[in-house]
Amino acid sequence: MASISSRRLQKELKEIKTEGCPVGITLLEAENFDKWLFSIEVMGESQYQGEAYTLMFRFPPMYPIESPAVQFVVDQTHQSPVHPHVYSNGHICASILGTDWSPVLSVVSVCVTLQSMLASCKKKERPPDNDQYVSRAPDNPKKTRFHYDDDTV
Amino acid sequence: MDMDAFNDDFKVTSKGKHKSYEIDYESLTQGAVEKLMQADIEHISGIFGVDENTASLLLRYMNWNKERLIEKYMDNAASVTSSAGISPLEPPTSQSQAPIRSSIEAFVCPICFDDSQTKTLCLSCDHTFCASCWIAYATSKIRDDQEMAIRCMAEGCSLVAPDLFVRSILEEDTTTWDRFRELVIRHFVASNPNLKYCPYPSCTHTVSCPSASSKSSLATVVPTVACGASATHKFCFGCPIDGDHRPVICGVAKMWLKKCRDDSETANWIKSNTKECSKCQSTIEKNGGCNHMTCKKCKHEFCWVCMGPWIEHGTAWYSCNRYDEKDGVDARDAQSKSRASLERYLHYYNRWANHEQSAKLSIELYSKTEKKMEEMQITSDLTWIEVQFMKKAVDEVEKCRMTLKWTYAMAYYLDKGNEKELFEDNQRDLERAVEDLSELLESPIEAENIPTLRQKVTDKTVYVQKRNEIVLEDTANGFLEGRWQWNCSVDGFD
Ligand SMILES: [Zn+2]
Ligand SMILES: [Zn+2]
Ligand SMILES: [Zn+2]
Ligand SMILES: [Zn+2]
Ligand SMILES: [Zn+2]
Ligand SMILES: [Zn+2]
Repeated sequence: MASISSRRLQKELKEIKTEGCPVGITLLEAENFDKWLFSIEVMGESQYQGEAYTLMFRFPPMYPIESPAVQFVVDQTHQSPVHPHVYSNGHICASILGTDWSPVLSVVSVCVTLQSMLASCKKKERPPDNDQYVSRAPDNPKKTRFHYDDDTV
Repeated sequence: MDMDAFNDDFKVTSKGKHKSYEIDYESLTQGAVEKLMQADIEHISGIFGVDENTASLLLRYMNWNKERLIEKYMDNAASVTSSAGISPLEPPTSQSQAPIRSSIEAFVCPICFDDSQTKTLCLSCDHTFCASCWIAYATSKIRDDQEMAIRCMAEGCSLVAPDLFVRSILEEDTTTWDRFRELVIRHFVASNPNLKYCPYPSCTHTVSCPSASSKSSLATVVPTVACGASATHKFCFGCPIDGDHRPVICGVAKMWLKKCRDDSETANWIKSNTKECSKCQSTIEKNGGCNHMTCKKCKHEFCWVCMGPWIEHGTAWYSCNRYDEKDGVDARDAQSKSRASLERYLHYYNRWANHEQSAKLSIELYSKTEKKMEEMQITSDLTWIEVQFMKKAVDEVEKCRMTLKWTYAMAYYLDKGNEKELFEDNQRDLERAVEDLSELLESPIEAENIPTLRQKVTDKTVYVQKRNEIVLEDTANGFLEGRWQWNCSVDGFD
């Protein structure tokens, strides 16, 4: 069986190239079917006005049956948005990336969901367990069993 | 010598069939558990007038609690049904429920975007996907996520695939289907307080032990059970401790293990296999299970555990197992108090750890003996059966050392007084018998002295068994009679 993820990602990429991404979302890099990068900006009035973040997708061979590993890029030049569901290492606590993942969701639909998660934020702050989590977090956020304390994301 | 006569040598007369330190239980195969589960499903299916697939999903949703399910269903059937992931549109009686739809014209699967797929499937919600996506999805859920609720793949759709559907898509993959059934059975077992799955890896047996299902019962019995699949699959029904922790109850055993974990650093030095001779300071290594040490250099004989002279150990003055509580007269300030409490803990820990280590060492030593015995079978006219007495004895020593090990956890928490003294008398008698037998097992073996050795070892083994029975029985009776008093608060006691 040819890799299910490559055919699906090929199709998603074609759609992005012909139809473009929603406003505020830009494809930065999609050189292979292992890792894609997007830029996310919140449009209109919000806590994150004028700020752009880089979102990284890593795809398992069973994508979209299995969810992709999604996180914000954090390095010398990039930071993760300060948000109650985003850790300073870029990991995101959102149920659609875990238990609520559905194989009919797409890369773009994940970007849109995360964009609106930022847009609806009232107060810029880190998750209460940020330091504790970051100090022993696995490299791949999918290895974490997040506890989704709040269903509004 | 025939086998029966040989076994008779080791038989200990038991008073009744059921000993006070044993508990009634039943071991069940996966098939037997499946029957229990099926009975529940049929019961619900009959009451509600729904098909068995639906009844099964309803029970799983309510964690197999029939009473609560019936109550909720009577109250609002539609709400329970939809929460359980069952479509209300589904006919109450399933005729064929064949999930396979014939090919739809130019169908493009919304997951893989493969338009060449001819076989498509959907649940009653009509969210249609190609068969290979369904297979990949169900397989990944079952094998990777250990998930038995296979939900529809559409976003936000909460329908759960009935077993018939899962079965049909896993048609060619019996391994995954078996895994799925095991997950359902495990869920059924985990939801029932009377049942416990055998904790040994890849074992699929279950034990049913209703008399140890309540928390309060664990204050009076130690529910050691065996799953029946293998003689080594012994475990505690009441707690997650490996193996047999009789005679001490779960709550006390748990407290002791926690204490040992918390104090592991202080106690680490004890575990070493070498000590110094108290007379000449030369280094002595322990390489057998026996505690009777003789210094190679100065011939000083001493006890490995308490370092005291060995002569005292063979006599009525034996008190190696007892800790001399100094009534706190010389423990006035905080520092000497904490030193005294550490000393007290180390007394018990030392003996606890020593029995464990000695059991390991005697097994190691026995493998050497076994080799020798095998050689002797070739060079002399001894039969296989005639050299088995050593194996029996080593097994018994190991078993009794486990009992002794746990008696030290118990004694650490027992309150001072008559009852504790009687407990320690029994402990001492077993310990002395075990150490004697242990020493005998390490004596040199020659073909010509085998008959005498066999007689001695067999006699001692029978005696050791008797002493072990007494410790187990008396301690168990003490729990039933409420005889044991603790020096701290213990779960289930006032
Ligand atoms: Zn498909
Ligand atoms: Zn659906
Ligand atoms: Zn087992
Ligand atoms: Zn236990
Ligand atoms: Zn010496
Ligand atoms: Zn001693």
